[in-house]
Parts: sequence; structure tokens; C-alpha cells
Amino acid sequence: MKNNNDYFSFRWLLIMAWRDSRRSRSRLLLFISSVILGIAALVAIYSLGDNLTENINRQAATLLGADLEISSGRPIPETILPMLDSLGTDRSEERRFASMVYFPKNGGSRLAQIRALQGNYPYYGELETVPEAAGRAFRNAKAALVDQTLMLQYEANVGDSIKLGDVTFVIAGVLLKAPGQTGISTTVAPAVYIPLAYLEQTGLEQKGSRISYLHFFKYGIKENVEESVKKIKPRLEAEDLDSKTVESQKEETGRSFKDLTRFLSLVGFIALLLGCIGVASAVHIYIREKLNAIALLRCLGVKSTQAFMIYLIQIVGVGFLGSVLGAILGAVIQQFLPAVLKDFLPFELITSLSWAAVAQGIVLGTLISILFALLPLISIRNISPLRVLRASYETSTDANDPLRWLIYLVIGLFILGFTYLQTRDFKEALAFTGSVLGAFLILLGMATLLMRLVRRFFPTSWGYVWRQALANLYRPNNQTAILVISIGLGTAFICTLILVQSLLLNRVTLSTSGNQPNVVLFDIQSTQRQPVLDLAVRYGLPIIQSVPIVNMRLDQINGYTMADVQKDTTLRISKRVFGREYRVTFRDSLTSSEKITKGKWIEKAPADGPIPISMEEGFAQRNNLDIGDTLLFNVQGAPMSTQIASLREVDWNGIRTNFLVVFPQGVLEEAPQFHVLLTRINSTQSSATFQQAVVRQFPNISIIDLGLVLKVLDELLEKIGFVIRFMAGFSILTGLVVLISSVLISKYQRLQESVLLRTLGASRRQIFAITALEYFFLGALASVTGFLVALAGSYALARFSFETEFTVQVVPLLTVIFSVIGLTIAIGLANSRGILSRSPLEVLRQEA
Amino acid sequence: MTNILTLQQVNKIYQSGGRDLKVLDDISFTVEAGSTMAIVGPSGSGKTTLLGLCAGLDRSTSGSVELNNTRLNDLNENQLAALRNRSIGFIFQNFQLLPTLTALENVMVPLELRGEKNIRPLALELLEKVGLANRSHHYPTQLSGGEQQRVSLARAFSNQPQILFADEPTGNLDAETSEIVIQLLFDLNRQAGTTLVLVTHDLDLAAQTQRIIKIKGGKISSDEKQ
Repeated sequence: MKNNNDYFSFRWLLIMAWRDSRRSRSRLLLFISSVILGIAALVAIYSLGDNLTENINRQAATLLGADLEISSGRPIPETILPMLDSLGTDRSEERRFASMVYFPKNGGSRLAQIRALQGNYPYYGELETVPEAAGRAFRNAKAALVDQTLMLQYEANVGDSIKLGDVTFVIAGVLLKAPGQTGISTTVAPAVYIPLAYLEQTGLEQKGSRISYLHFFKYGIKENVEESVKKIKPRLEAEDLDSKTVESQKEETGRSFKDLTRFLSLVGFIALLLGCIGVASAVHIYIREKLNAIALLRCLGVKSTQAFMIYLIQIVGVGFLGSVLGAILGAVIQQFLPAVLKDFLPFELITSLSWAAVAQGIVLGTLISILFALLPLISIRNISPLRVLRASYETSTDANDPLRWLIYLVIGLFILGFTYLQTRDFKEALAFTGSVLGAFLILLGMATLLMRLVRRFFPTSWGYVWRQALANLYRPNNQTAILVISIGLGTAFICTLILVQSLLLNRVTLSTSGNQPNVVLFDIQSTQRQPVLDLAVRYGLPIIQSVPIVNMRLDQINGYTMADVQKDTTLRISKRVFGREYRVTFRDSLTSSEKITKGKWIEKAPADGPIPISMEEGFAQRNNLDIGDTLLFNVQGAPMSTQIASLREVDWNGIRTNFLVVFPQGVLEEAPQFHVLLTRINSTQSSATFQQAVVRQFPNISIIDLGLVLKVLDELLEKIGFVIRFMAGFSILTGLVVLISSVLISKYQRLQESVLLRTLGASRRQIFAITALEYFFLGALASVTGFLVALAGSYALARFSFETEFTVQVVPLLTVIFSVIGLTIAIGLANSRGILSRSPLEVLRQEA
Repeated sequence: MTNILTLQQVNKIYQSGGRDLKVLDDISFTVEAGSTMAIVGPSGSGKTTLLGLCAGLDRSTSGSVELNNTRLNDLNENQLAALRNRSIGFIFQNFQLLPTLTALENVMVPLELRGEKNIRPLALELLEKVGLANRSHHYPTQLSGGEQQRVSLARAFSNQPQILFADEPTGNLDAETSEIVIQLLFDLNRQAGTTLVLVTHDLDLAAQTQRIIKIKGGKISSDEKQ
């Protein structure tokens, strides 16, 4: 017998694939359209990643503004100054701290980040200001640069004045951008630049103030910065000074943006996966329609593998085409990403097309659409030629086909592999794959349950039009489940965002309800304490807490210094414990937000022996500290030997002072200290007048009020939310594309249904109502599924992570749900127009 | 004369509702090469099942089917496909043309599957024989039922099969068109010397063959030569 392979010709398969696709090409492209958006998202994000790396490399120097930055939380020791003098060719100095800025013009005041600068910094890039010259000119006068958000908030103009401490500065210019600054960072701490020469006069630089001391260096062209830093590093570390070079800044910035693009690419990948499920479902329907043609080819002698190949070739073709279209769209979208991310970027992003990203997107898109299409395609192998004789002949069920399981496995491995390539962490990749699978299963489970319940409990007394519309969702070959999943997932993203946003804002608001404090005054000097208390009393405000704070550093733990810890890694003591400054209080009792979990609370220090202190439980655990450990603190030069006597659980919620370390009474009373005062002001108006009075009398005192916290939080969430909404948009759009493709795929079936109904006497209006209601049910199922998933997720977050009361803001959520339903109806109806307007006769002719 | 088709004690049992349903019961007969025969019987008698077994579209539960000295029971799916391509032609009640292919391409498919070259003239010649040379570039939807069946006739003969199976070839056609198609079927068959096995309800059509096998309840109730 002649071997079958003899007439196997790949060329013929190509020709047959081409011929067979003749009348279905637009439909095939439609199937694949659901992956276009996913590919577009990925190409745009990959391209963004490449552009970011390129921009960071190019602009790293302007991010830092200098070749080297040396900084410390305390004044740079005199002993090290000669060494600093020897570095580079030019040096600038900056002191950075938080303080109140007072706008005399309208009496407004707000906490800002003051940067007192001396020298020619930045050496790379500019302090971008309006007018342009102000960025340099302010250094030579009693003038300031004020961040544009502050200028807008207090309606200030260039030429107006601001008061910092005891000095009034003329606003020389509006600060638009400083090296390393992002939209996010100016929201949290808007900056005000003043010349360093006037800092002393302001009186803001007092003992106990939290000031960062920075030195910026410029090197000559031929000097090797890295080499130079390597040499001085041991001395810098010994003095607890931090250093940053262009290279280290590049790495740090690169790392944080890698995290961002990684997160975005995973969200894009979810949109792609949703699209792929859409492809698999559409190809399944396509193959069902081709069953007769395939059976006939089998009758004519086509091998099962050849029949399979004919359709595989078609999918490869459209998969490739779809991916190319996706890549083109991605290249277009990429142009808009810098605008979306502008608040996160510390530099201006110049975009250019990354061919690597485009190639990556095309290969990924083609591969993944083939993989998912294989699921329905492999059933071709089991189509019997006998179908030609008997239309009702059912091919044996292929649910247990081992190849099917193999494809599931390959898909799973593909997702895992792709995620691994993004995260480079096998555990994370496994967790992501598991979560995606879990999320899809939960959505599917929820969708299935909801669909069953609706069907089961749908009131039979409702009119025919309603019942028919609902029944349409369950027509053979329906794509209801995938539509509910993809549209539902997008809805879930947006609903979660809204729920968490209100959860966070509520948490802050709730924490200050009742008699809880909502205003904090800090940096109060010991001499100012009583006058400030008197002022508060004059304004009729309650003194909820007045807390002394002493700054100190840690020199030894159980006799080991930082140098010992660096040498001996077996000590299991974190280096970070030494690097930080401790703000410590002393008192004889616990506050309402504290609870002793281990050891004994000591009220008063004993006359001799180590001082018994209390440490926050979480901090102790993180740093392997326990009861009995001895700690040697350095209180501004004076050593203090202590021992951990108790561990405390602290509730960090709310506006109040909480401490990692608490001393007993009788030790720190005479140490240099400052005070924090907590009070409660019930109206915004009296809050403003009180703040004004404090700033005028005690300009060094800083104030944070709840209004400011809420405002900052709200702005931050708004900015992060925009990015999440942008990505959720991809998921919803993919869902809608799947919807369009599903409506068009089932067009013929819908046409027949509608013609039959017309023949039976249904009016055009009734058919329209049935169609509109069908999409209403679909949109409602999808959005409610998404909402329920978001509700469950946010509830879990509120209950277990934020440990706060769970509240739901009804209006924005209802807006989302109804928007999704409205969009589904609109898109469904727009694509059904042809069906509604066709005459029955036309359809009969077409059928002939 | 040699036998092209031999069936020996063929049984076909389907599972239906958890019970065995015997559709063909102990069928044995032989068909001489180049002869014509018809299988007739009421609906549900097992005619189409029998045709499917003879043509290697399905497998018998027991017994053997031998086509052209090859036991079909011993062949796998791919070998059966090759055999169909090489030796068998089909005519179906509902024409079964590939909707995405033109008339000419439909006729060419069996030859293309064999990897034959220069097949267009032969396909055109066959279309001419069935009177459709001027419709060669039309798609099935652009052809009437009779025309579609004539294309399927041309296709059935294109690979010069040794045996042709026709399942109710006129079942979907009006009387006049049926007449033309039947005439063509027998003419082409005569010219090519092909064995013809017809399944039909139509006794007039059956009467035009040399032999009629009647099936009733899955068994041969009569086997008459004319």
C-alpha cells in the first residue's frame, strides 16, 4: 500500500488553508482581535521599559544633579570636613527639613520641605523655575523658590513674600522641577528653596530639629568618581554618612522603575490571557461550524493530521497578523504612557519605538494565540468522516484526550515561564500563575453560580420578552462565561480601587472621630512648651497629649558595635538598627494604644544598673531583639546603658504619637528635647486661625492637621488610581472586544432567531427589546460578578490587613456598575443593527 | 469477474440509552468489480450504516469488510483515508461541496490530495462532461441544487475511483433535475467502468442498477439480480 505521506504536501495544506479561510477571514481576524489589546498593552509597556532604561542612563546625572552626594541625618562631623574639601572640583551644601511656610498675603500656612542651598548645585540639569533666571538668582538675595502646588494653593505670585521662621523671603520664582523630584514627591512634601546663608536667621535650625545635611560634589571630566568613592567609603560608613553617585542613583532608579514596568506588564499579560480565552472560545465555535467541511475532507482522503494542519495554519496566520496589529497599536499607545505616568517620573521621558519590544510582542502574541487555539483545534483529529452521512453523528467526547491535558500543561508552563521572565523569581512567578488561575476560577465559579441562580429563580411570571432575553444567554455555543469573566475582571479592578480608596480615607477619618486628636504640633522647644500650651488653652482647645521627645542613636547591642556586626555575619543583628536616629519618649504609664505583651512595664528607673526600657514588639522581632538584651544609646554625646524590660503591642492607627522605644521616668528629663502636642480642633476655620497664631508666634513649630493628611492621601490615591484605571481599562476593553466578536460570530444564529420571531409575528420593537435586554443581563451579570469579587477582596483587606471597619460607598460603585451595563448594551446593540434591520425574505434567499 | 467488495457476517451495534442497539445483523454479500447495485429499504433499516461500513467511514462491530482485497478492519484511520482517496468516490444527498472552494477547486481536491500535477485540464474536462464548464469559478452558494450535485459527480469521478458510493443522490432534487443527474451518473460510470453502490428510497432509480439488495431491520431481506 502506498504510504499516506507520499501525498502529504505542505504546499497543498497552505493552499487549502487559504481557500478554506476565504469566507471567514474577517471573522478569523475578529477572533484574534481580542488579543490585539493585550499585545498592544505589552508592547507599549515593554517599549516604555526600554525607554525608561535608556532615559535613566542618559539622564542619571540630572537625577542626582551632581557626581556625588554625601548625606547624613546629623551635622557632618568637623573631623571629616577636610576630607570632603578634597573631593571633586566644586561643592554645594544643602540642609533639608520640614517646616511651616507662612503666606502673609492671605494668612495661609502649610508644612513644606525647606531646602537651604549654598553653591552651584545642580551641576547637571536645572532648578526649573518661572521666571527661568530665578533658579540661579535666588541664591544671592533674601529670596525663595516656592513649589508650584503651594503657589497655586495659596494664590501666591512671584514678588509676594513668604515667612520662614523669623525671616521673610521674597518669592523669586515658581519651582517647577528640581533634580530627582516627581509629581508624587511634591504632593507629599512641596519644596521651598532658600539660600543657606539665611537659615540661621530663621531660627529654625535648633537642637533636636530633624534636619538632613547634604553635600553635593562635582568632579572633573577625567576624575573617576566611583574609584574616589570606593576609597573614602570606609570612613563615610564609620561616620554613618550615606553616599550616592550617578551610578548608584542609576541603579536605584532603574530598580524602582523595573518594579513598575514589571507590575504593569503583568497587568497587561492578564488582559492578554483574557483575550486568549476569548480566542479559544471563538475558535471552538468556528471549528463547530466547519465540522461538515472537515468530515467531507476526511471522506475525500484527508488525514486527520492534515485536516488539523489546515486550520492550524489559519490560526497561525491570523495570530501573527493580530499580533502585528497589536504591536502597531502598542507603539501608538506608548506615546501616551509618559502622560499617564508623569507623576511617577523624576525626569522627562523621551519615547522612541523599541523594536525589541515590538518583536517580543509579535512572537508572544502568535505563540499564545496558537496555544489557546490548540484546545479547540485538536478536536479536529477526532472528527469522523461519517458525519457527512449523519449530521447527528457525535464524535466521541474528547474531554479525556491526553493531548488536551498536555496543552493545558503547556499553557500553564507558558504562563509560568512568561511570569518568571518578568519577575526573575520562581516563587513570585508561581504565586502569580497560581493567583491568575485562582482569580479566573473564582470569577468563573462566581459567574457560573450567578448564571445558574438567575436562571433558576427567574420569575416565570415575567413577560415573554424578558424571559426570551435571558434564555438567549444560554443559547448553544454561547460565550456568556468568558464575557462575564473578562468584563467582570475589569469591573473588579475598578471597584476594588474605589473600595480601597474609601477604606483608606475612612480609616483616617474614623481614627480621628470622637475625641481623638486631629492636629499635631511638633518641634516645640522646651522653652516654648508652656507658652504653646497656654495659647491652646486660650483658643479653648483640649491638650490631648503633650509628649517630650529625645533624639538618640544606638551604639551597641549586647556589647556589639556596628563594626562588629559588619565583620561577623553570624550575629543575626541587622545593620539598619545602628544607622537610624531614635526618637524616644519617657513616661510612667502606657497610653490607650499600647499593651504589654512580654516582660514588665517599669514606671521609674532604678537608682543603678541599666535603664529598663520598653520596645515595640514588631521592631524587636524584625531585629531579633528580646527581653534582657542590653542596648547602649548615645544621647547627643552622653552614653546610656539600657536593657529591654518589656515588649509592647502598639496600635499605629490614628493621629497620635507612638514610639519604638519608651524610657521610664527619671532619666531623660534633663536631656535636650523637643515636644509634641496633640489637640483636637472641630472646625476648619478655627483650625486655620489657631495654626496662623502658632506660626506667627512660634515659627519653628510645625503643624500637621487631618485636613492636610486627607488631602495628600486623596491626591496620592488619585494619581495611583489613574494608573490602575488605565490598566483596568485594557481588561474591560478586551472584554468588550470579545463581546463584539461574540455578537458577530453568533450573528447568523441571531438572524435566524429574529427572522423566526418576525415570521411568528413579533414586532421590530419586541425584537429590539429582547436584544437590548439580553445585553442588559450580560452586563449586569458581569458587573455584579466583578463587584462581588471586589467586595470580598476589599472586605478581606479591611478585616485582616487594615483592621478597620468595612464601609461601602454606594454611589461611585453604582456608577461603575451601571456604566459597565450601559457600555455592554450600547456595544451589543451597535453590533446587532444588521440583525434587527434584515427582512426575513433576504435571509431565506441567503440560506438557499 | 473479480469481487471488489466482500462483506462477511458483518454486525454493527450502537450503544443507545445504555442498551445495545443492533443496526446491522449478520450481513454478508459480495460485489463484482464494474457492476452496479442498489441498497434499498425503509428509513432506519440500516442502509446508510451499511454504506458507511463499505466505504471505510465506520468500523463494524464484528465480521469483516474487504475492499479491493484489503481488509478494512485491519487499517488505521490514516490508512483508511489513503484508501478512500485512492479507490473510492462519493456522492451525497446534500451534495457536500466545500463552501469556500469554487466548483473547479472542489473537483480538484481529491487529485490535489494525491499530489498529482496538471490537474486543472482534467477537472475542467469533468466539469464540461457534467455541463458546468462555464460555472467553474462559481462558489457552491452561487449554484442551484442540481448544479451542485453535478459538481459533486465530477468530483466523485475525478480520482478515477474503482468504486463509487452514492447516498440518496437525488434525495434533495426535483424530478426533472434528478433525471439529468441520474443520467450523468450512469453515463460517467459506464465510461469509467466504475463499480457503483447506490443507497436509495427511490425504487425507480434502484431499478436501473443490475442488482438490488433490500434491507429490513438490519438484515438482508432480499438480494435480486436484474
